[in-house]
Amino acid sequence: MRDAPGTRDYDWWLLAILAAICALGVLEIYSATHGSSLAGMHMKQLRWLAVGTILMFVLSRVDYHLIMDQWLILYLVCIAALIAVLLLGNSRFGAKRWIPLMGQMFQVSELAKLIIIIVLARFFTEVRSDKLDLRDLIKAGLLVGVPLVLILKQPDLGTALVLVPLLFVGAFLAGLQWQHMAAIVLVGAMLVGAVFYPPVSRKILKPYQRERITSFLHPEEDAKGSGYQLLQSKIAVGSGGFWGKGFGNGSQNQLGYIPVRYSDFIMAALAEEQGFKGVLVALGLYMALLLRLVQNAQRAKDRAGMFLVMGVAATLGFHILVNVAMVIGAMPVTGIPLPLMSYGGSATLFVFMAIGLVMNVRLRRFVN
Amino acid sequence: MSFSFGSDNRLPQQRLAVASYIIVGMIGVLLLGFWKLQVIDSDQYGQMAERNRVRSIPIIAPRGRMLDRDGRVLVDNRPSFSVLLLRDDPALVEKSLAPVADGLGLSVDDLRDQLDATKALPKFQPIVIKPEATPADVAFIESHRADLPVLEMLSVSRRRYMPGGFMGHASGYVGEVSEQQIEASNGKLRPGDVVGKAGLERQYNDILMGTDGMRRVIVNSIGKEVDHLTQQDPIPGKQIQLTIDYDLQVVAEQSLGTRPGAVVAIDPRSGEILAMVSRPTPDPNDFAVRISKEEWKQLNEDELRPLFNRAIQAQLAPGSVFKIVTATAMLEDHNPPESFATYCPGYGTFYGRQFKCWVASSKKGPTSHGTLTLHDAILKSCDVFFYTAGMKLGIDRLSYYGDKFGIGHKTGIDLPSEESGLMPSEPWVERVFHRKWYAGETISVAIGQGAVTTTPVQLARLIGGIASGGVFKQPHLRKDLQNVGEERVPLSEPTVEKITEAMYGVVNEPGGTGTALKIKDVELSGKSGTAQVIGYNTRAKFGKQKRFDDNGWFVGYAPRRNPEIVVAVLVQEGGGLHGGETAGPVARDIVKAYYDKKMKKMQGEVTADNSKPPAPSPTPAAALVPRTAVVKEEESAGHTAPVRNQR
Repeated sequence: MRDAPGTRDYDWWLLAILAAICALGVLEIYSATHGSSLAGMHMKQLRWLAVGTILMFVLSRVDYHLIMDQWLILYLVCIAALIAVLLLGNSRFGAKRWIPLMGQMFQVSELAKLIIIIVLARFFTEVRSDKLDLRDLIKAGLLVGVPLVLILKQPDLGTALVLVPLLFVGAFLAGLQWQHMAAIVLVGAMLVGAVFYPPVSRKILKPYQRERITSFLHPEEDAKGSGYQLLQSKIAVGSGGFWGKGFGNGSQNQLGYIPVRYSDFIMAALAEEQGFKGVLVALGLYMALLLRLVQNAQRAKDRAGMFLVMGVAATLGFHILVNVAMVIGAMPVTGIPLPLMSYGGSATLFVFMAIGLVMNVRLRRFVN
Repeated sequence: MSFSFGSDNRLPQQRLAVASYIIVGMIGVLLLGFWKLQVIDSDQYGQMAERNRVRSIPIIAPRGRMLDRDGRVLVDNRPSFSVLLLRDDPALVEKSLAPVADGLGLSVDDLRDQLDATKALPKFQPIVIKPEATPADVAFIESHRADLPVLEMLSVSRRRYMPGGFMGHASGYVGEVSEQQIEASNGKLRPGDVVGKAGLERQYNDILMGTDGMRRVIVNSIGKEVDHLTQQDPIPGKQIQLTIDYDLQVVAEQSLGTRPGAVVAIDPRSGEILAMVSRPTPDPNDFAVRISKEEWKQLNEDELRPLFNRAIQAQLAPGSVFKIVTATAMLEDHNPPESFATYCPGYGTFYGRQFKCWVASSKKGPTSHGTLTLHDAILKSCDVFFYTAGMKLGIDRLSYYGDKFGIGHKTGIDLPSEESGLMPSEPWVERVFHRKWYAGETISVAIGQGAVTTTPVQLARLIGGIASGGVFKQPHLRKDLQNVGEERVPLSEPTVEKITEAMYGVVNEPGGTGTALKIKDVELSGKSGTAQVIGYNTRAKFGKQKRFDDNGWFVGYAPRRNPEIVVAVLVQEGGGLHGGETAGPVARDIVKAYYDKKMKKMQGEVTADNSKPPAPSPTPAAALVPRTAVVKEEESAGHTAPVRNQR
């Protein structure tokens, strides 16, 4: 194992895509907040991006095999941190998700996602067969299940849900058998059905979660709650038209009708001001990002690297899908940010560290 | 523990390829979603965004003022705040109802009723939920801008009337437009508009009411105004000048005091109303802000009917004032001839039935009038003389002249809801009661009892018109009213001379029923009347309850020919006094004030004679007191009893 791959080996295309998306995000954060009490938020985001970039390069230098070897410690740290945040964490917006670290509030579940990616990659690598049998599938399920339940307890349904496609994609690539897949899809469909079926959802969901489901199904009944948010988001997107209203000219954005327009709903702000052409660019960049990740997975030196990269791809892909679908009113409000564009420290750091793992794999593709 | 990573490098390339397809598919589906919103449904969402940010706030146009004949302000406006409810977002409104009702001291049910009533209006049009915001309300709205964005304040100008119901019945009052008015307005009026509901406010609503403007502003998501777009300025209502003379109105208000009744002062040369009072009166200021259902109910159920403008709506027996009609008819028809004299023993017997003269029940002085001619009969208001004259004339002639002089017809005054009074006749009883006219009824009608009823404004017009030689001008309150109506009833000069001579005598000759009212240097003339509300038998049945007291009338004017001012006064429930005593002094005060002012104007300064009108002196002789004859109950059975204020 050679320890110092050259800078040439970095995926510069990936970095360029990353930079472009971040630039779009910073611009839109500026547009959404410059006229309000939140002015200056884009500078904070730039700072997070800088820190993220450093972390990304640091993480890319440490051989991922070494990191994966520490899976048990990482997993235990992850569980401990999730328990700690439940016991000691700070509440914001009615949920315990944050712990203070170096003067900043960090969202523990973001770290948990990163660790689960590593732990799952390690687990599936160990399955040395083309077919994933039921016992391994259940084991993997348990590995994911414990942190998932802890995150649900915070409560943070959105982040908890992210772990599901992560598990599913890993299992799929590890040789998930078709009958198991069919069973999972069936169970998933039943779960979704249960969530949208009031008599059952009353038992399994928190009131605020049920409210979100209700307002998603009947936005007009809940005008100031999340139904209002979805409606205002759709109005922003729709009124943007093909060409958009122009940078800084979106009334939905500038007058504050779009909820958390600098974060979860930043895509609505972009869609309003830049129109469909802007959306095309943004979603094109995201597609390029994801495809580039898959390409990196395809060219990985080993299964371990492939699982790592695809874990990152699954996580980011799910984030993008759920967030953007929410912005156009096709999914309920879940509180999942749009990677690299939404304002947020923990989330940004998570993405950069995840990309750091991808770089890590790429740098070592020819090494053996 | 460690394991070898290099042992198995076979990657699931097929499944990785599937992942790529899924990614492309996912992005494609999302783009389709955006295409639907941003290209297909773009217009619809564009409008919604526009509705979000643009809010229309009405700017209320001030109503026109009302000035008196000298340009003094009688009805004005004052600034005030109204609380608006913005209804753009029905779900948000629904959610806010309870806190809004709580904060503003309203009831949720009332709010819901108002919302239901305005359902048909466009959503962007706010509705007024509290017309008069208190300082506490203002503070509440300001402090809840963020969490109750449905509330907005609107600066409005509100009607200000003189206090205490001054001129209240003439001015009328304003209120929120009713559904019937909206329907009748051909789209001019909208729910929540303030319109005239009664009196001049209603009559001249189209002139007084302006056109509201509209301000379009940009608001942010918490309802704060951040910019404004266009402003459509309100067009203020036009002011109107009235014929009312503030100085005379003051005297009229004070002189009538709190007694139920009415005063109408007219310049018979033009028909201009110089003063108009009706008692009791509500304070129209109470209506300027929305009146509660309870208050409204109370006003409507009040036995004294404060909402009723007695000056134009009270249809009462004119009593002896009507004798002027009978006298004029007699002189014009020469039947009986002018020289006709009759002996009054205190009663008369007609058609086998005895009719009393008021003098018979007089407590002081003689109980008969002796022999008298027309002049003295008017002076002393002898019933027996006019019974006889009426019998000779017959109901046809009496009703012919009564009708000519306007009884049974609206005067056409520029006020809503005027009543016409009634001049009974043979065709009338046949039409209404399907029976023949009883000859005995003529006897009652001849002295202004029985079925004949008049309003105060009718009597003022009638007496003024006869004294002016048969020229009847349409009474009116608006100074620059076009095409003032005029009716001419040709009366011979001797007739007018004799009638006015006699009415002058009522005040100025010994034995007249109004001698206590004499004013130095003023030819005050007039005729008193005291009309029964009910027959004596009914009165006996109910006891001497206040509401069955007589109606005291006095119609005074000056000078004696071609008068400049005629004042009709009605005082109801005069406590056993007759019209000359109760109503006379009011007419006298107003005529005196008129001449005082005229003198001042002519001399440019205050005249020496500034003495207050003397209080009506205790009646020196019974002869002064006219009391109309008693029509026995059984006889008047067929009449429409002059029960007051049937409407």
